[in-house]
Amino acid sequence: MIAELGLVALWLAASLAALQLVTGALAQQVGGDELAVLTRPAAIVQGLLAAFAFLMLLVVFGQTDLSVKLVAMNSHSEKPLIFKLSGAFGNHEGSMLLWVTIMALAGAMIAAIEHRLPEKTMLATLAAQAFVGLGFYAFLLFSSNPFERLPTPALQGQGLNPLLQDIGLVFHPPTLYVGYVGLSVAFSFAVGALVTRQVTPDFARIMRPWVLGAWIFLTLGITAGSYWAYYELGWGGWWFWDPVENASLMPWLAATALLHSASVLAARDALRAWTIMLGVVAFSMSMVGTFLVRSGILTSVHAFAVDPERGTFILALLAINIGGALLLFALRAGTVAEGKRFSVLSREGALVFNNVMLSAVLGIVLLGTLYPLVTEAFNVRVSVGPPYFNPVSAIFVFPMLAVMAVGPLLRWRQDGMQRIGRPVLIVALVALLVLAGGWTFASIHLLPLLGLAFSAALAIAAFMPLRGRNLRLLPIATWGMVAAHFGIAVALFGMASESAFSKEKLAAIEAGGSADVGPWTVVLTDVVPTAGPNWTALEGQMLASYEGGPPIAIAPQSRNFWAPPQETTESALVTRWNGQLYAVVGRETAEGRWQLRLWWKPFVIFIWLGGALVALGGLLALIGRVLADLKRRTVKARAAERRAESAA
Amino acid sequence: MKRWTLWVPLTLFLGFCVLAGYQLTQPKDDFVVSRMIGKPLPDFDLHAASLDRPALASSYFHDGKPHLLNVFASWCIPCAAEAPQLEALRRRGADIAGIAIRDRPEDVADYLTRYGNPYSRIGSDDLSQVQLDIGSSGVPETFVIDGKGIIRYQHIGDIRPDDVPLMIGKLREAEQ
Amino acid sequence: MTGWMKPKHQRLVLIVIALASLVGAGLLAAWALRNQASYFFVPTQMVTAPPAPGQAVRLGGMVQKGSIKTMPDGVTITFLVGDGENTVPVRFSGIVPDLFVEGSGVVAEGRLDPSGTFVADNLLAKHDENYVPRELKDMTDRQKAQIVAETEVGK
Repeated sequence: MIAELGLVALWLAASLAALQLVTGALAQQVGGDELAVLTRPAAIVQGLLAAFAFLMLLVVFGQTDLSVKLVAMNSHSEKPLIFKLSGAFGNHEGSMLLWVTIMALAGAMIAAIEHRLPEKTMLATLAAQAFVGLGFYAFLLFSSNPFERLPTPALQGQGLNPLLQDIGLVFHPPTLYVGYVGLSVAFSFAVGALVTRQVTPDFARIMRPWVLGAWIFLTLGITAGSYWAYYELGWGGWWFWDPVENASLMPWLAATALLHSASVLAARDALRAWTIMLGVVAFSMSMVGTFLVRSGILTSVHAFAVDPERGTFILALLAINIGGALLLFALRAGTVAEGKRFSVLSREGALVFNNVMLSAVLGIVLLGTLYPLVTEAFNVRVSVGPPYFNPVSAIFVFPMLAVMAVGPLLRWRQDGMQRIGRPVLIVALVALLVLAGGWTFASIHLLPLLGLAFSAALAIAAFMPLRGRNLRLLPIATWGMVAAHFGIAVALFGMASESAFSKEKLAAIEAGGSADVGPWTVVLTDVVPTAGPNWTALEGQMLASYEGGPPIAIAPQSRNFWAPPQETTESALVTRWNGQLYAVVGRETAEGRWQLRLWWKPFVIFIWLGGALVALGGLLALIGRVLADLKRRTVKARAAERRAESAA
Repeated sequence: MKRWTLWVPLTLFLGFCVLAGYQLTQPKDDFVVSRMIGKPLPDFDLHAASLDRPALASSYFHDGKPHLLNVFASWCIPCAAEAPQLEALRRRGADIAGIAIRDRPEDVADYLTRYGNPYSRIGSDDLSQVQLDIGSSGVPETFVIDGKGIIRYQHIGDIRPDDVPLMIGKLREAEQ
Repeated sequence: MTGWMKPKHQRLVLIVIALASLVGAGLLAAWALRNQASYFFVPTQMVTAPPAPGQAVRLGGMVQKGSIKTMPDGVTITFLVGDGENTVPVRFSGIVPDLFVEGSGVVAEGRLDPSGTFVADNLLAKHDENYVPRELKDMTDRQKAQIVAETEVGK
């Protein structure tokens, strides 16, 4: 019954999306605005219905209703409740429903609260949102119905991939999805603006908080995903350039570029066409990434899970949505009036440079991700990994970081080198000092060395915009920028330090034996069997001491899940302010020794700390923008009141 | 900005669509077609997987009549999903022999009471040995075997309602 | 540097720089991909047309029965990867993946050393229990490809 309720809600939501599309599109015609009043209510109710459908899916998973095929395929009654619920979106159908739900809710939100744009542009935006949504509704209802029943209920569910039975993974997919799908708002705004040819600073100001919101979630999602891969896979790495990771990085790069170009448009009325294109590209990257991962053409999913029909369906959706938007862009962008001009050496110039570099990195990641597909067409199998991605993207990332250090110091429109000469000199000196120091006293590879130098310089440069300003009067959004740029420096320091100073130890030792790694001494006291709610494990009990200090007990495990049967590695971590000890226990060798793999990773935690800081910066900027906006509105309203009074 | 540059994104995207479309039309490696088609069924002799159905040996397929050979397991959800289609095939006169893969007798019995038992015989393949020999890579799979014990057709994945006529057709072909 | 340039020209300069950087990025990426992509070899290819020693490649095939040996240090193993025609010796230091056993499919990431041993940095083995490893004797090209495809799922 509950599954059927969900399905009905989904159908109703889809028909409301159709209504929203028709009324929103008709309003663009002369005299077609009779039904236009229906558009906003349709968007709001559609959002509520989609949310209701998703709630119903959570309920059937919570109850482990094994007559629903999706539950039988992806859940198990012997699972903790939280993983039962996360099982709802840990699979293809459920995650597509989550996607549609977020998209409908985002549409409902702009319909409910956004009244600043010209109504015609708003209606075009809502129509675009409904159009994209309809495609995904069709996909869900016709080829990925999450509420499908089994003819006879299953005896027991098949379970959820144990790698996914992790508390981090409960929150990770929804976070990323809010980011991916939040960008659909920017996409729809861009399409709406192209339809009505209204590309104004106001448009950028209105779009910006939405992009910021999506971008914050993307940043958090990527940061959390990286930390998850780090401790869950047990390989000691934090970024593998895996297609799934690239699929989340590409929209982030595009959204970062979009944020900065929207700032130029909002403040200076320049970069009109470019901002519109990034609005289209950012969400396109979300869809392309999802398509590549989901269609099975990049990572193949096991046995019968991938339906080739689905890939074709998503590709058709992509072609219509992205192709349509880009065609509209090609036809219309030339008629959007040219924006204001600026000099090369100006805030705008620096932001353009940042945009070009971000786009270049985006192109490099996209090409690297697609390259295996290209060669496969010629029957050559390749995989593309860090030897390509690291150096090639670094060529563009470092110049971008250099300009990022200087850009915020520049004035809008035009500036002179002599004005910013001194701060630039200080920053450059810091970088050079670190470079020289690293070069002479430690043998560090070029990329990590550059990373250390740039992170030191950036950390100082990030605070330079505060120089000579009254900190109490500084807009919150500027604090946001400082925090985000400083976060980049912190993350870069973590990455460079992890790569330059990590120590690794691989050893087979008997119980009672010990191994050293970096400043740590690790004693393996015992290996004991242990059990959890749906797994059993061998636990390596160890005492780790830092430079002879008090021992800290750690217990990495090698876990066996039984539904479905699979082994996973649970690493154990000891976090200090200056780094992390990372321990993994392996198999028993023939002579009763145990394989241990230990890493000492100095300052590795800064990578994710930096990511969190970047997200915090985004949050501050968002708060600042929204508050400033509310203020502007009250000021306007008061001015109107006063005018009305004086007229009376 | 020059007009032609506005077309660059669309062109690049179309290039991507062509590439992705081409990849989608390529036969996926997910499904490995058995190289056993047209070859005789390898010899095997399996013990019975359930109490009320006899055991299964390759000699069973040499009786001059075509048979369906269904590879399944009680732990496999798509197998449960295809059970009604197997039942429909049985009612239309197909003889279905089953091989249960890596299963326990009590689980098989549970499974059969729950989803119906369209099988005339069921062998238990505890180590997937026979499954490998006949070129099957997963469950469920269904083979059409002619009266001389030659494998004529292999269906990979669950039999959906629209596949039933196809299976009947393949059985008819195997009769000739 | 800005005084002598008309705004119109500055705009043009910006566009040219932007396009040049993006085209440059594309060309650089294409060049780097040809050199840095890691190619996939099966043992027969590894024997008949080996990659240059030190070049990062991947080797895929079946772990030969009875070939896994653990070195005295307890963490280094050697084994043979075969495809039915040829075998390649592989050396790996580290904790092997969970489903790495004799007779299973494996993909090794690493490089060939001058002596002809493949030194693996990383082993990928199939994670899924529902998947049945194929017998080596009837491995076709497509099946090899499938082992690779399926093995990468766990990554």
